[in-house]
Amino acid sequence: MKKFYEQLTDKQPWQGLFMGNHAVARAMLEAGVKVITSYPGSPTPEIAEALNSVPQEMRDFHFEWATNEKVATEIAFGSSINGNMSVVFFKSVGLNVAADSLVQLGLLNLTGGLVVILGDDPGANSSQNEQDNRHFARMSYIPVMEPATPSEAYKMFLEAAKLSKKHQMPIILRLTTHVCHAKELITFGAIGESKVFKSEFDIKNGHYLPITKTVFPLKKKAMEKLDLIKKESERSPFNRVYAPFDCEEINGKKLGIISSSMPALSVMENIDNSGNAVDLLQINFSYPLPETMIADYLKEKDEVIIIEELDRIMEYEIKSLAFDRNIKCRILTRKTHDDIMGELTSERTWDILSGHWPEVFESGIKPVTQPFANPRIPQMCPGCGHRSAFHAIKQALPKGTITVGDIGCHSLGFFEPYNMGEMLLSMGHSNGTAAGLTIGNEKRKVLAFIGDSTFFHAGLPAIINAVLYDHDFTLVIMENGTTAMTGHQPHAGSGEIGEKISIDKLLESIGVKFIRRVDTYQQSKLTEYIKESLDHKGFSVVIASHPCMLKFMKQQRRKEGFVQKHVEIDQNKCKRHLTCIEDFGCPSFVKNENGSITVNEDLCIGDGSCRPTCPVSAIDFKKEAR
Amino acid sequence: MKDLNIYMCGVGGQGIGLLAEAMLRACHKAGYDVKGVDTHGLAQRGGTVISHLRIGKKIHTPLIPSGKANIVIALERLEGARAASEMLIEGGKVIFYDAQYQTIGNRLGKFKYPTLDELEKSVKAKKGESVRVFEEELSDPRMQNIVIIKKMIELEWIPGLSVKIVSEALAELMHVKTLEKNLELIKQ
Ligand SMILES: Cc1ncc(C[n+]2csc(CCOP(=O)(O)OP(=O)(O)O)c2C)c(N)n1
Ligand code: SF4
Ligand code: SF4
Repeated sequence: MKKFYEQLTDKQPWQGLFMGNHAVARAMLEAGVKVITSYPGSPTPEIAEALNSVPQEMRDFHFEWATNEKVATEIAFGSSINGNMSVVFFKSVGLNVAADSLVQLGLLNLTGGLVVILGDDPGANSSQNEQDNRHFARMSYIPVMEPATPSEAYKMFLEAAKLSKKHQMPIILRLTTHVCHAKELITFGAIGESKVFKSEFDIKNGHYLPITKTVFPLKKKAMEKLDLIKKESERSPFNRVYAPFDCEEINGKKLGIISSSMPALSVMENIDNSGNAVDLLQINFSYPLPETMIADYLKEKDEVIIIEELDRIMEYEIKSLAFDRNIKCRILTRKTHDDIMGELTSERTWDILSGHWPEVFESGIKPVTQPFANPRIPQMCPGCGHRSAFHAIKQALPKGTITVGDIGCHSLGFFEPYNMGEMLLSMGHSNGTAAGLTIGNEKRKVLAFIGDSTFFHAGLPAIINAVLYDHDFTLVIMENGTTAMTGHQPHAGSGEIGEKISIDKLLESIGVKFIRRVDTYQQSKLTEYIKESLDHKGFSVVIASHPCMLKFMKQQRRKEGFVQKHVEIDQNKCKRHLTCIEDFGCPSFVKNENGSITVNEDLCIGDGSCRPTCPVSAIDFKKEAR
Repeated sequence: MKDLNIYMCGVGGQGIGLLAEAMLRACHKAGYDVKGVDTHGLAQRGGTVISHLRIGKKIHTPLIPSGKANIVIALERLEGARAASEMLIEGGKVIFYDAQYQTIGNRLGKFKYPTLDELEKSVKAKKGESVRVFEEELSDPRMQNIVIIKKMIELEWIPGLSVKIVSEALAELMHVKTLEKNLELIKQ
């Protein structure tokens, strides 16, 4: 059978089951994209997984994991003004980091074209918020396309690339979590002749230096481009009516629904199930809004419900155009704050629709839920070095210590049984926040965490600040050699891209006076270092290091002759202190009905990091029978 | 055939991704129109991991509405019980691999881990049926998903899901060596 990359790079048209993210990667190859950059974040990292599956010698594109989203955006910008079709992609909140550069893109002539792929996350499945990035597009004069399915994501990318090149402007392809990860049969086109990399930057292609008064002609141009794009959205096949039943009046009224992207699919299911003559105007090429198309639709109807996910953006724009054009159609919308939150699944959509039109949506996808207690909160993996770190650090903290969390697998330290890392804003916030917590604070110690990928991503500026002012807190760098939470991507300190950049040397060179490094499995030493560092007056750093064990075990299992080790608990020694369960908290431990503690061998990786935590040394490596 | 909603679940790390991908491809090979979607990201760290598979001509969204799953395939008992109460449709079917992975709430004594009876009860409450699968001698816990696929073939809940088709699907997803090991188990 064909390898994944062989499918992905097949020059001929073909059909296959593909995930949205992978389909978009294929579309990039068909569109002749030359430069692609990103920083990892759910729900988009599988785009990179697909691109990286292509062997280096077969690539006619350049892919790069940048240090953060802003750098990624700037690289894509640079290559685009050199004449190369370019792409940058990242998760929803990645846009906040990229924003300072991204908001400028709409003003400039991007000669090669540039598509920005956003992975928004309604429902906050894997994010610290569910921000609606359609706002950003409006703020920065960038058109938006919002596919509902993987097939449409593929087609829309091709269209976005074409329009972007034609109008020399950025286009946002806004994916959401369940479009990224949905899978279906997709028909792909051919991949044409490979294009060469260009280096055609010419200042004559535009003015590229917006400052004071020069901003205005650029801004005007951006708005004129948007006017042109609006004509495209007015006639786009991505904006269309779904009408499974012949249109007729219901109770003397003509009823319609306007929706976009995935929620529109929920609406379709509800219309199908209702069997009633309601139709849907689906607006997936959503900014600039095709106003004439929408006005014509409204004029046909007596009542229209607007179903959009997250914020009220289409709603306000549609109401305003109806007002301006004096359209009499009654516009109904979501009613509650709850409706502004989370994904609009088909059952939630039913709720909204039947709330307005109970006689139309009487049967159908009624929400049927019997909530089940006992949540399964994510936990750090068996053997995770972060767990040993939390356990050891906890022993060292005086009462009242404030612990500042950051983003990564170690954010899970907030949950029981560790309860460490008590606040979170964004990647790299911990040092700034910790500094703020120390000001005028003579009473309580402050300790901050940060992951190693985050250290490079957005951690450094606040660390430099802490050095300059010698803010009195301890930073623990949770080093595991990878960007673990998002699927083990490389970073500046992992040594997989170019030469490894040493965190220790960086810290020394900027003048950090207290630096200690320890493997987290050496728990008593880590405890000691933390005590020392908290006693140190001023800024101090402890690098708590251990390789990510999920990644490590995957590599080990692939090796010839690998034998899985385990630990066991000596039932004669065990005094039921329950430290292993209640404090250390490895998920491999099982608490039995009779109160005894055993080890679940499906989960245990036999690393032994739990052994030092048992006060009566009842945990030991199992003498494997094999 | 009527549309079928197949809801798969388990605990992060159990290999539900492979189960879901194999089922998606097998159903496609059996001639069905398929749509699916998996959990990625945060929940993969030991949380509840789910995958939706919908087969039929008139399906728009890949997400199964709550309480509309015709078939639940669980890789773990508690997750099977959760899916039975939250997702199963009246008269639906549950197959679960009886791996038992306690939650932190279980270990701290805040919740009780469900017994087999309790799982049965929640399935019965929906007038459904359940099938327990467990393989005492399984050498590698990461093959639990294969054991459950094998049972799915035997049960014939999805017409056309055959050893041949499943083998073809698996062949697209793994190296020859792993494939041989897995096929041996399926053909036993
Ligand atoms: C601005 C931004 N970009 C990306 C992400 C996605 N993200 C969440 S956790 C994480 C990994 C951080 O890696 P690291 O700091 O090394 O911690 P680890 O997960 O390895 O413990 C990333 C990139 C995010 N939340 N915010
Ligand atoms: S993926 Fe790695 S860093 Fe993350 S919890 Fe698992 S072992 Fe720890
Ligand atoms: S040896 Fe097993 S029980 Fe102990 S920490 Fe590692 S995985 Fe957990």
